[in-house]
Amino acid sequence: MSTATVQEHVETSASGKAGIEMMTITVRIRRYNPEVDAAPHWVDYQVTADPTARILDSLHKIKWEQDGSLTFRRSCAHGVCGSDAMRINGKNRLACKALVKDLNPTKPITVEPIQGLPVLKDLVVDMEPFFQAYRDVKPFLIAHGNEPTRERIQSQKDRDRFDDTTKCILCAACTTSCPVFWADGQYFGPAAIVNAHRFIFDSRDDGANERLEILNDREGVWRCRTTFNCTEACPRGIQITQAIAEVKRALITRRVI
Amino acid sequence: MAPQIHTYDTVIVGAGGAGMRAALESSKRSRTAVLTKLYPTRSHTGAAQGGMCAALANVEDDNWEWHTYDTVKGGDYLVDQDAAEIMCKEAIDAVLDLEKMGLPFSRTPEGKIDQRRFGGHTKEHGKAPVHRSCFAADRTGHMILQTLYQNCVKQEVEFYNEFYVLDLLLHEEADGTKYAAGVVALELATGEIHIFRGKAVILATGGFGKVFKTTSNAHTLTGDGMGIVWRRGLPLEDMEFYQFHPTGLAGLGILLTEGARGEGGILRNADGERFMERYAPTIKDLAPRDIVARSMVLEVRDGRGAGPNKDYVYLDLTHLPAAQIEEKLPDITEFARTYLGVEPTTELVPVYPTAHYAMGGVPTNVSGEVLADNDTVVKGMYAAGEVACVSVHGSNRLGTNSLLDINVFGRRAGINAAEYTVDAELKPLPAEPEQAVVSMVEGLRTSTGHEPVAQIRSELQATMDSNAGVYRNDETLAQAEKDVKELQRRYRDVAVQDKGRRFNTDLLEAVELGFLLDLAEILVLGARNRTESRGAQAREDYPTRDDVNWQKHTMAYREKDGEGGYKIRLDYKPVIVTRYQPTERKY
Repeated sequence: MSTATVQEHVETSASGKAGIEMMTITVRIRRYNPEVDAAPHWVDYQVTADPTARILDSLHKIKWEQDGSLTFRRSCAHGVCGSDAMRINGKNRLACKALVKDLNPTKPITVEPIQGLPVLKDLVVDMEPFFQAYRDVKPFLIAHGNEPTRERIQSQKDRDRFDDTTKCILCAACTTSCPVFWADGQYFGPAAIVNAHRFIFDSRDDGANERLEILNDREGVWRCRTTFNCTEACPRGIQITQAIAEVKRALITRRVI
Repeated sequence: MAPQIHTYDTVIVGAGGAGMRAALESSKRSRTAVLTKLYPTRSHTGAAQGGMCAALANVEDDNWEWHTYDTVKGGDYLVDQDAAEIMCKEAIDAVLDLEKMGLPFSRTPEGKIDQRRFGGHTKEHGKAPVHRSCFAADRTGHMILQTLYQNCVKQEVEFYNEFYVLDLLLHEEADGTKYAAGVVALELATGEIHIFRGKAVILATGGFGKVFKTTSNAHTLTGDGMGIVWRRGLPLEDMEFYQFHPTGLAGLGILLTEGARGEGGILRNADGERFMERYAPTIKDLAPRDIVARSMVLEVRDGRGAGPNKDYVYLDLTHLPAAQIEEKLPDITEFARTYLGVEPTTELVPVYPTAHYAMGGVPTNVSGEVLADNDTVVKGMYAAGEVACVSVHGSNRLGTNSLLDINVFGRRAGINAAEYTVDAELKPLPAEPEQAVVSMVEGLRTSTGHEPVAQIRSELQATMDSNAGVYRNDETLAQAEKDVKELQRRYRDVAVQDKGRRFNTDLLEAVELGFLLDLAEILVLGARNRTESRGAQAREDYPTRDDVNWQKHTMAYREKDGEGGYKIRLDYKPVIVTRYQPTERKY
């Protein structure tokens, strides 16, 4: 942002880990606290970092040693809870899966909130619109007929058919990397489609038509422009663009295979 | 500003597996609110990997009685056997219920739920490992959490996301009977205080792994539920029994499932020796976690550790077909690649025990009702999951039994709470019910203290790792006790830099640290007091189990010390023995 001001914080107490070459990095964070700031602004922080460590570790170091008001979400810290999706060096990633050494640490590493959702404070965005889109695609098994006494039988092949989309952790990295979503917040977005796919292609499910109708909406799958941003952003490696294409194909052929 | 007051029949605190399983039951029968510090899908249930045991016998002969026996023996005979029997019987329906809710289990060639081996789970009372763990690759917890959340969406369960519950409201009748009346919560987004009145309250807030430095637990697992109950004068049970999972990624503590050994993985020392053959000749690498963790520590202590500092051992998967690893263990192989730069299909993975699970917690009966002493129920008050101590895990939980626990006892708590609310009345609130929370939160927010939260927390974690870890003795525990007390003193001067109200995670961490300090003290005191080794409590100065004096649960109470402060009083509760008399524990 051209109007952004840059403040400097220089860490005074650095301590190195044995056996690992520590380095000093600059983390440039887009800060915004609506209680006091008129507009978002960038702040540079210098921290010593283990290059093999996570950028989340550096954010913690800043919060814990330099500025306690720095605000972000995080929980599991190893890529399974989906709390800490952020835009890091211009790409959506989980802070706990992005290693310093992979982020060109000789230059300032930029960290900003994921885009397209209202910023509440610093790196924290309002996730409600994202979860609303998820809820709208009926992300649950819809099974008609009598329940079996034991488990439903499903071949491993049928189970494998939707394996990829069961990996979703709802971190929003995909949806908030999508230019269509940025331009039109009404668009369901890739994550919701991924979660619809997870059930549409589950052999136990009878709700495919309901979900396909929902996604046939003008804000549905047809808005996807296959830019592959979502697939590149997914920290779980889900082939999202392919999943969206499969939903589109199911809508055209009215067959789920 | 006056707090907002909300009124429900059932108020659930926590939205991990136990909280959401409870909500699926209670919301069918009573008006239910689920309050959660995190968005539900962020809960640490989602980090569980290897599976959920139930004697489905889909792969080989099995039955719930063997499962019960394994659970009791695994818990080193501190398990309440009536509760274990219920859990292992209901396990079968618990798994089938999840499948019917849509959980995508991995499948056998016949299309049934597939099962794998897991530590301490055996056939015919210890003869050989058994295929009992129902799984979805190595993300079973993720699939359970997603499936429960999906079904909560389906059932339109009402969530209050990012509402941090900081106090429990109790009502006491003239006859001394205690009732749940509600909870007080901080809305993180705004900093506003809310009161949730309820006829029933279910606690499902999880564990407190962040008392340790090396831990598989999320940053958010700070024992809030246990801390709240404790500060309201209710007891905590068996807090000294804290499980260390054998296979954390060395130096990081990130969990690698025991399912890796269930799939055939082997632990090796620096010499390449399969050392578990010496410690557990029958089931070797699939011995229960306490035994494997201790064996690993002993290997390192005896100089057979690997790496430049000889401070870890190896998990060897290299003899397994790469396709099997990719299909059955995709996530943990990725963890090893991402965080250690190790390729598990061709290289050995450095591992070391990591703090993992609290066997102890808020005492409950098998209906999920919270106990105020050895047998008096707090009416309308329930707890389930890691926050609770039923006790189905005794002194050492078997792998997979936590995913089972949350489903079986989460369901029970939900059903029983809802049933209770049908005839129960809303209890009156105490005068100024928000007062304790307001003064804590405002005191911290406006504090002029000098002690950084991170500094105190890191010193706490350091002393707990060094002095209250896999092995303990009176000297190390005395040191930990002294350190924790000193840190509690320093905490009174804690600094919070963020003075704002919105999303004040600086304040949040300060509050969490307060709970951690309370719980660390109870853990250490209980461990020091228990002069025996049993399950996860390994005392170097008392190396054997002492059933005569110690086959009993510890009950810790917080009492006024007469000088304006509080002290901890330790008492005991008998272990319920039904089928299995204690015998020497060999694997």
